[in-house]
Amino acid sequence: MAGAAFYDLEGTLVSTNLVHTLGFYAKRQTTLLQSFTKSATTFLSLPVFAVTDQYSRKVFNDLYFKRYKGQSEDRLRYFAQDLFDDVIKPAVFPGTYELIEKSRSLGLRQVVITGALDLSVKPLMEHLGITEFVTNRLEFVNGVATGRLLPPVMAAATKASWIRTYSEREGISLSDSYAYTDSMSDLPMLSVVGHPAAANPDMRLRQTALHHDWPILDLK
Amino acid sequence: MALQLRKKTHESVIYIDRDSAPRIMPSGEDFILEDLPIGTRVLYPNPPIKGLPNREAAIRYALNHPHGCDPLFAQLEPGMRVTIAVDDISLPLPPMATPDIRQTILEIVCDMLAGHGVDDVHIIIANSLHRKMTEWEMKRMAGPRIFDEYYPDRYYNHDAEWKDGLIKIGETKHKEPLTINRRAAESDLLIYVNLNFVPMDGGHKSVAVGLCDYESLRAHHDPQTIRESDSYMDPARSELNHKVCRLGKIVDEHLNVFHIETAINNRMYGSDMDFLIKNEDDFTAFDRMKFEAMRYTMSKLPRPARRKLLHSRPAQYELIACHAGKTDPVHEKIIAKGFEQYAVPVRGQADILITGIPDISPYNVYSILNPLLVQVMALGYHFNFYRNKPLLKKGGVMIVHHPCYDDFDHQFHPSYIEFFNRLLPETRDAFVLREKYEQEFANNPSYVEMYRRGNAYHGAHPFFMWYWGENGRQHVGKVIAAGAENAHVPGILGWERADNLTEAIAMARSYMGNSAEITMLHQPMIGVADME
Repeated sequence: MAGAAFYDLEGTLVSTNLVHTLGFYAKRQTTLLQSFTKSATTFLSLPVFAVTDQYSRKVFNDLYFKRYKGQSEDRLRYFAQDLFDDVIKPAVFPGTYELIEKSRSLGLRQVVITGALDLSVKPLMEHLGITEFVTNRLEFVNGVATGRLLPPVMAAATKASWIRTYSEREGISLSDSYAYTDSMSDLPMLSVVGHPAAANPDMRLRQTALHHDWPILDLK
Repeated sequence: MALQLRKKTHESVIYIDRDSAPRIMPSGEDFILEDLPIGTRVLYPNPPIKGLPNREAAIRYALNHPHGCDPLFAQLEPGMRVTIAVDDISLPLPPMATPDIRQTILEIVCDMLAGHGVDDVHIIIANSLHRKMTEWEMKRMAGPRIFDEYYPDRYYNHDAEWKDGLIKIGETKHKEPLTINRRAAESDLLIYVNLNFVPMDGGHKSVAVGLCDYESLRAHHDPQTIRESDSYMDPARSELNHKVCRLGKIVDEHLNVFHIETAINNRMYGSDMDFLIKNEDDFTAFDRMKFEAMRYTMSKLPRPARRKLLHSRPAQYELIACHAGKTDPVHEKIIAKGFEQYAVPVRGQADILITGIPDISPYNVYSILNPLLVQVMALGYHFNFYRNKPLLKKGGVMIVHHPCYDDFDHQFHPSYIEFFNRLLPETRDAFVLREKYEQEFANNPSYVEMYRRGNAYHGAHPFFMWYWGENGRQHVGKVIAAGAENAHVPGILGWERADNLTEAIAMARSYMGNSAEITMLHQPMIGVADME
């Protein structure tokens, strides 16, 4: 039975996080005033995002994706390539390419599971040569974002659940699979595979990784 | 043999009698005092050979009077491409007081290169699958002048996993491939700076092992080769050495190597701690006071602090020989000089061999001596420190004194943890481990990344550590871990445990008989039992 390598994305393979994406779009509104207002609101929300992320990824998602309410789908997609070129591509960790290359050479299927938005992730996946990825998706009504996510929302236990379902469907051996993440919120994802690893971990995940004797990678 | 006569066999061979003082034994980060049974033979390292009075002059003389080739200066031309490869921090042990001998050689060689218009110079640490040295360690080893001038673009660690940085230069008729560092292979001249600490160091091992990749290494780092090495500290009878020499011939065919080898004495400690390698019967009151003061201080410190303290004491090794030129004649001379320092003539094998395991090994510099490394020091290094025949009889008992704590360094030894906890409980058979798991670990992307971008030993390294103990494991009848603070670590290693040395000796005697000959290696001992 084949194995796979499951990666979280932001903080794990790239140094950007969800807020970078939000900030990028905030700066590119239709008018200067709107750009200023959106940017200022995003900036002022940072402490709230930080606190809620520590408390619960679900609460964080609810708050965070509301910031996209009213954004046009066309606009978000139009700037996606610029977002990749200007923000995401320079933020790919040097070790990311090596890790994926080595992993691919072993015949492992490369799968990215991220809470980021599909429109921002797609160019990066093309750049990394990864064809299998699952992301969060904004709900659009009449081409305008509602500020809600379409289910399933990729976060915490949902990622682990998705990996199980995917592996069952594709005949992947979880015992022979690898998972990489930087965040404690992805602990369930690490727990379902045979070869978990913490990549550029936060303090809580580092302690957990030490406790469980998991490898700790620094891809920076 | 009467006890008085026994005492006179050699100054490094002492027999315990009724009046003998208790002996000091290292046990991890501790030093314990033990009364040994009367008649026990204790082997000490030979006294240090006097160091050369002017090591710079000795090095310059070697460079200008090489064996088998032109002097270094005569081989230099402006614009040529030169690579200097240098031994890593795994030797000597503990790391020597600065300036390191390698620093002195590098400064002399680099000055000579600059003086001859050679600017394209890279310095590569020949760490093979060992962990990469940290920036601080590299600066300490090469000195600030070399470090500031060459680091990081022209002074770096070898990367055995960087495919573009490697090149296959050949294969022996035994189908052993040799892939080495591309920069070294494509240079007009490769200068190797070696520091010889034990007899298996140096020679063709320097380039063919120090700069190779995993596939090349696994051709000879295997259990069968180790079984056929009797011992691997005796180059003439080491199958490992024979295989490496075969690879060395390929190196000599493809590369112009100028080998600089050095031999050092065994002055491990300065005057503050030199009592640790003295005969306890000759202790002065001041020696006893120093030992008690050290023991008292250590007893008040937690284990990590004791470890830190021991690792921060630089060794006082001195240069006793330096030769340069072609690999074979240079190595022959250095090995001969080394054996002058190491060889302790010993008559008669022992039924029971006692050895304390100190907190130093080539693989835990500034780190923890984890259970696998305790194993490699016991059944690998300490068992193999012999020439002609093993110090211990076939089927004899080896008593090792170490706490055997279940503690690993996550940064340096990540794959060791999985090897110890996942594989060893399943099997201790080195051949099964090699066939079933070695390549899985070697190719584990996490371990590869930790080796390449961090300071971790390669994923396959714990396997080599296990193979390293293979001839010892096949030879001994039983290993008893005295002073082990838990049962599961000795259990996983396949050893028995005892609370203390007295209990361990009683257990060993119940196995080997009450008249069993007991020998103790007085550690730390850089020496080889030269068996008659």
